Amino acid sequence: MEFKTLLFYLFSTVTVVAALRVITARNPVHAALFLVLAFFNMAGLWLLLQAEFLALVLIMVYVGAVMVLFLFVVMMLDINIERMRLGFWKHLPLGALVGLLLIGEMAAVLSGRYFGLANLPAHNLPANYSNTKELARVLYTEYAYPFEIASVILLVAIIVAVMLTLRRRKDTKAMHPSDQIAVKAKDRMRLVKMAPEVELPAPAAQPGEKA
Amino acid sequence: MEATVLNLLAAVFGSLWAPIWSLIKPVWPLLWTLAKIVLIMAPLLLSVAYLTFWERKIIGWMQVRIGPNRVGPWGLLQPIADGLKLFFKEVLFPTAADKKLFVLGPIMAIAPALALWAVIPFSPGWVLANVDAGVLYLLAISSVGVYGIIIAGWASNSKYPFFGAMRASAQMISYEISMGLALITVLMVSNSLNLTDIVMAQSKGRFAGYGIDVLSWNWLPLLPMFAVYLISGVAETNRAPFDVVEGESEIVAGHMVEYSGMAFAMFFLAEYANMILISAMTSIFFLGGWLSPVGFLPDGFHWMAAKMAAILFFFLWIRATFPRYRYDQIMRLGWKVFVPLTLIWILVVGVWMMSPLTIWK
Repeated sequence: MEFKTLLFYLFSTVTVVAALRVITARNPVHAALFLVLAFFNMAGLWLLLQAEFLALVLIMVYVGAVMVLFLFVVMMLDINIERMRLGFWKHLPLGALVGLLLIGEMAAVLSGRYFGLANLPAHNLPANYSNTKELARVLYTEYAYPFEIASVILLVAIIVAVMLTLRRRKDTKAMHPSDQIAVKAKDRMRLVKMAPEVELPAPAAQPGEKA
Repeated sequence: MEATVLNLLAAVFGSLWAPIWSLIKPVWPLLWTLAKIVLIMAPLLLSVAYLTFWERKIIGWMQVRIGPNRVGPWGLLQPIADGLKLFFKEVLFPTAADKKLFVLGPIMAIAPALALWAVIPFSPGWVLANVDAGVLYLLAISSVGVYGIIIAGWASNSKYPFFGAMRASAQMISYEISMGLALITVLMVSNSLNLTDIVMAQSKGRFAGYGIDVLSWNWLPLLPMFAVYLISGVAETNRAPFDVVEGESEIVAGHMVEYSGMAFAMFFLAEYANMILISAMTSIFFLGGWLSPVGFLPDGFHWMAAKMAAILFFFLWIRATFPRYRYDQIMRLGWKVFVPLTLIWILVVGVWMMSPLTIWK
């Protein structure tokens, strides 16, 4: 067996086990962490397919950003696991239907005979082939407009999300750093001229007092 | 280098070498890679140990104190003593903690900090894995480092660690963005994702032609990005003045409160390994890596070591100098100052590269 095949089986086994644990783990935080593990092993599988750009971006975007925020939210919620499991039997038929549909579609794609998989060019890449460069060339020439439109839609989504949650609290004590920096000493402090305190001369010793 | 080592081994073992070689030949690539990993890790861990010593000494001098001077000559054995102490201390598990994740936390903190060194070149050819997408690898794996802190903070099941974890995840994600965007300008001018190519691209230019190479490194044409990258690097490693993650006056020690002994030492090692890594990355991206600053001196690893030492000194210097930032100001600096600045500078560099005034050909 080739070393690559061994790696493939390792990555795919861990992916499948981790994915199963995502839906079976009782603790939502554990489930989220298993999803991270599944992402990692998927990235490994993509590396085996020589798609290094996609693999590294998967880790960077999903593991490094999306899942961190996900965990952040899951950790802060006080989730009642008992109540979450209440609707299990009710939703099972629909879930099973979707699952079967997915399996059917995957099987259709993977049985390449019907899709002319043999007609595709062989996967022989030169040593200096750069996946990143090829992707960039296509994205910024042929698909430049769809790419830009997609990014604008994402930007709009970000702005909308911010606007939906943005509310000015009346009792906020936040300060503007520029105002803080612009403050001069004379705005805050007043120097008052005062006559110096003069110490009274010591009273003369009273007659009759004992020294 | 590989051939030299093989010849040396053959000379050492003499006539015994032929049977030994036939035995280890199938696993030789693995052995060779492991040897290279040891060659990187051993000096790195030694540097981490002495960086802590150096930090205490420098901050001591800056605050008119003496610093550690009791253990060994000039206190030089202090980090060894500290390491031994941590090693023999018991690792306590809080009763309410999630045991498995409590153990996973420190591991997830140190593993990315060490794994990142795989693509760092120290000199031409002195690199464990000279991959094409080196910069992407650095960005991807360094974004995993935050998991150590989040997992540790959550698994401790205690107030302050949880605050620390929340602060850390918000801060590290924010500064990753400005760091990544600052790196985009470097990628644009060097036209490569390979770290060796990025260094070699800095050896060309008008000033390099005159023999003053130091002026043709990336730090000068990309000066604002150099500043953004360095400051984001400090924030990314959770060092002072951005150390609210473990701010001892507010949340005791953040995610590390419940850890003791070697588990605590793991976080400590990870932080210092990350500091050294940021210094190596800054010297590769902006300060010409192993390139000599002037034409008449030869290039070499010593230049990179000197640049890294200078950046590490900067890290310690600002720790001794600045008070801690307020948390809302950290967020403001990251999102409202650095992100717009880097976005504008990407546009400026793009226009500059396309204009007739371009200095990158």
